[in-house]
Amino acid sequence: MSEAVDEFVRGRSLWQDAMGRLRRNRLAFWGGLYVGLLLLACGIVPLLVDPLQQRTAAPFQRPSLHANPGTGAVHLFGTDELGRDLFARVFYGGRISFLIAIVATAVSVLIGTFYGSIAGYAGGRADNLMMRFVDVLYGLPYMFIVILVLVVWGRGLVPIFVALGCFQWLTTARIVRGQVISYKHREFVDAARTIGASDRRILFRHLLPNVIGPVIIYTTLTVPAVILLESFLSFLGLGVQEPFTSWGLLAAEGTRAVNPLASYRFILFWPAFFLGSTLLALNFLGDGLRDAIDPKGRRT
Amino acid sequence: MLRYVFGRLAWMVPTVLVIIVGSTFLMRAAPGSPFAAEKVADDQIQKQLAKKWGLDKTPTEWLWAYLKDLARGDLGPSFKVQGKTVMDLLGPAFPVSLTLGLLALFVALLVGIPAGFLAGLRQNTAVDYGSMALALVGISLPSFVVGALLIVFFVFDWSLFPVGGWGALSQLVLPAITLSAPFAAYIARLARTGVLEVKHEDYIRTARAKGLPEGEVVLKHMIRGAIVPVVSYLGPAIATILTGGFVVEKLFRIPGMGSYFVTGAINRDYTLVLGTVVLYSTLVVFMNLLVDISYAVLDPRIRLGA
Repeated sequence: MSEAVDEFVRGRSLWQDAMGRLRRNRLAFWGGLYVGLLLLACGIVPLLVDPLQQRTAAPFQRPSLHANPGTGAVHLFGTDELGRDLFARVFYGGRISFLIAIVATAVSVLIGTFYGSIAGYAGGRADNLMMRFVDVLYGLPYMFIVILVLVVWGRGLVPIFVALGCFQWLTTARIVRGQVISYKHREFVDAARTIGASDRRILFRHLLPNVIGPVIIYTTLTVPAVILLESFLSFLGLGVQEPFTSWGLLAAEGTRAVNPLASYRFILFWPAFFLGSTLLALNFLGDGLRDAIDPKGRRT
Repeated sequence: MLRYVFGRLAWMVPTVLVIIVGSTFLMRAAPGSPFAAEKVADDQIQKQLAKKWGLDKTPTEWLWAYLKDLARGDLGPSFKVQGKTVMDLLGPAFPVSLTLGLLALFVALLVGIPAGFLAGLRQNTAVDYGSMALALVGISLPSFVVGALLIVFFVFDWSLFPVGGWGALSQLVLPAITLSAPFAAYIARLARTGVLEVKHEDYIRTARAKGLPEGEVVLKHMIRGAIVPVVSYLGPAIATILTGGFVVEKLFRIPGMGSYFVTGAINRDYTLVLGTVVLYSTLVVFMNLLVDISYAVLDPRIRLGA
């Protein structure tokens, strides 16, 4: 009898509830699955087909299931102006796009959480000053600064990580600060303080775990934003540089391959398709996560 | 109110100053001089060039001289474009970028708000799902891809519009749509959320109960509350829309300020870069002020300067 009751009342944590809601959200589920499969493909495909091999025999070959007589290879997505296989290049570019997105997002989340939690916990004048600074940065056309940073530090992957990461943290900082403020006068914080916990311990062990939910939500929405920003930079010629490539750079090359003289639309189509569908899937996943973790919140 | 506006106008000066100082030190921190690429290996000539442009001074002295000129409205000569002042270059380009940005903002509001309202009023219907799906696509595609696709269909296939350039009205259509698409999408989502938030409020029920026609309930009562999230998004949106213009200007070959900024930054054309920064940031800060004022007009609970 008592066992049955235990079975019946066994609690479900908030996280279990949230994951259940996420799994039932079909768009979010398929979005997550799609991104997962793409990540896998981006890891494997460039190992099987060489994305850098140039074939003078087959520039601008259209997508086809049949082997090209000149190269003896099948170019599923066609080839670019240097005869490089687009199928391999799209997944090769996906690697860099994901890499930039993940690293830049991680940088921004780290800075934002650190900054926001300190401002929120310190409160008073320090908080005021720190958030004013964030307000000022918010008002700046920050693409300027990203471009200047890239020009100053040269155009490599690391400057892109830094430039994008350093300007995406503002919203995270605001969210974390708000959360910390709303929790810092709760009983469990007072309890920790009475038994002599240090400020650092209270902040990192007691307050930050409560901030994770909103931060995860915002993070999943930051990843597509960073991929998008990288594509703008690549289009302007300031992003990823050859021989590396990214979806943004491939799509930018695609826009040049579409002209009235000789229109090779597939060169624009493939990267645009993978870029767009990935961002769509990530947005679905982010929206689903938000609904799952914060079912009452009806923000956009 | 008036006091608040003047206070904010006064704040514009230090904000823009901070941006100028930051940009100058960022640029001067870069290795290499603006003239390193030129084929004058001779040390003496390099020194003469540096002296001519005041680069023998420390960055602080240089900045001070620049600011003194700026106070007189002089943006200085371009480092790299022979015989032209920055004003010569940006003078004609600034109105172009401004027109494109404002037009795109206007289109975004014109499309986004009604779409969001319709979706919110008919929640969970085909209208709602359709417009929100379209909005997600708008957010998920980079504007240069949207623009390139528009060019493929409307220019190459159906020859409805010219491929680019500036001057005629027909040349404005595609760039304005391209630049506004993601913002229209985002505004539609915000407007929908806004409607969902207020649509069950008591004051809406009161308005209906006293027999107002539905159109008036929406346009007079609902819009005020529902539009607040849209307005608060406009501040950051304006900064992004103006800089997003870089990409659209490049794609459609529009002679705006974007290309001057990018090539200026790459060529280390200090005065040209600073000129664009000054113009853009003044514009952005000013527009943000307008947004904040309209915010208070829409929602009387927000008191300016409090």
